[in-house]
Amino acid sequence: MRHLLSTKDLGRDEAIALLDIAEDMADVANREVKKLPTLRGKTVVNLFFEDSTRTRVSFEVAAKRLSADVINFSAKGSSLSKGESLKDTAQTLAAMGADGVVIRHHASGAPRVLAESGWIGAAIVNAGDGTHEHPTQALLDAFTIRRRLHGAGARGRGLDGVTVTIVGDILHSRVARSNIWLLTTLGATVSLVAPATLLPVSIAGWPVTAGYDLDAAIDNGPDVVMMLRIQAERMSAAFFPNAREYGRQWGLDDERVGRLPAASIVMHPGPMNRGLEISANAADSAQSTVLEQVANGVSIRMAVLYNLLSGAVVA
Amino acid sequence: MTARIVLQQADIARALTRISHEILESQRGSSAAGSDLILLGIPTRGVLLARRIGALLQSIEPGTSTVGALDVTMYRDDLAKNPTRAPSPTDIPPGGIDGKTVILVDDVLYSGRTIRCALDALSDLGRPRAVRLAVLVDRGHRELPIRADFVGKNLPTAVEERIFVRMTETDGIDEVTIE
Repeated sequence: MRHLLSTKDLGRDEAIALLDIAEDMADVANREVKKLPTLRGKTVVNLFFEDSTRTRVSFEVAAKRLSADVINFSAKGSSLSKGESLKDTAQTLAAMGADGVVIRHHASGAPRVLAESGWIGAAIVNAGDGTHEHPTQALLDAFTIRRRLHGAGARGRGLDGVTVTIVGDILHSRVARSNIWLLTTLGATVSLVAPATLLPVSIAGWPVTAGYDLDAAIDNGPDVVMMLRIQAERMSAAFFPNAREYGRQWGLDDERVGRLPAASIVMHPGPMNRGLEISANAADSAQSTVLEQVANGVSIRMAVLYNLLSGAVVA
Repeated sequence: MTARIVLQQADIARALTRISHEILESQRGSSAAGSDLILLGIPTRGVLLARRIGALLQSIEPGTSTVGALDVTMYRDDLAKNPTRAPSPTDIPPGGIDGKTVILVDDVLYSGRTIRCALDALSDLGRPRAVRLAVLVDRGHRELPIRADFVGKNLPTAVEERIFVRMTETDGIDEVTIE
């Protein structure tokens, strides 16, 4: 693997190999010395054109645990806010000798432009581009599901037969897109539930089923319910009448959580709008994996950085 | 190139039994109790050898040792020169390695670089009282000042030759060949 741009490009074996490496990386977090010398002397640049806390911090922790040098670069407070182009920024980073660039950008496809333009030779990791993909989030979600289901025996296994229901703002969600590709590659069955206005116009070609009724979906007893954030910042039009109505119809409230099978898990990529798409009780219940997802995010990102940066560059 | 068998099943069993006795003997001189012994195999075949030695120690003096695995992939100095390697699980027995005697177990001792990685990895996991090294085959050509404490067989080789250790668990047969 040269870059990680999309989970669509990942084969099943490749994905499972990444999850397995993440299992080894997870052990490091429990040790006295939480550091490996693996990427010593490598430089990783976190290039964030969009706000983020957990993803950026997660990548920073991951790179530092592998002994890489980390440079954080956010649009605010840099020349980017003066209107420097992506090309000039990339060439500047290349001139400074970055080995890996973790990029989050509001434009879908920006990471692929960086990877294929030849402006910079570094490995590119997509940390969320517009409404396109967020591959490391999908990987950590898959990792979290696999750990919950199989525990210590998770190594080498896929997610065959697991049913996943993704609920909420599918239209704007890069998390949903990355998860749809990755989870189906790993053998899971994915269904979507959303208001008609928040489903893409056409999902022909997506390996999923879609519905509008959350109660019916909950009564099917899915193994995983993944709630998505209502992304107010990407909503220029009115997609639903008001927040209370959305919460009543598509929010995971206490009553709906109670109807889920006891073994089902509730996921949310964060940040959560408590009381809107997920109730406080649902978010803090034993079924919720929200904090596990954050912890697993570090392991997954270590695995990705290890995979992309440790080996010899294959031309 | 033709393969030549240098150790057969019985030879390997005998070597491991002797190593087990030597390990216990070396422990007897020290004041620490035998239960402070931790065998850490280096994946892949080292782990299998560690398990076998552990079983032998158990049959000679029950309760003297625990067995684990120590992956050194993340500590290698040649990562940047090869395609990305998949790491193997590290499995440290509960209680950690602090104050214990750790015996590293590997199949072939060659340049000594793997053992250097293992020593680095150990220092990140804790502070053992002592670290010893047991190998099935020592083929020489050291590139670092490292030597084994317990050796199954010293095998003088040429650099071009390759040593293959096969074990029943992974390869269906116990043997060491030189090619």
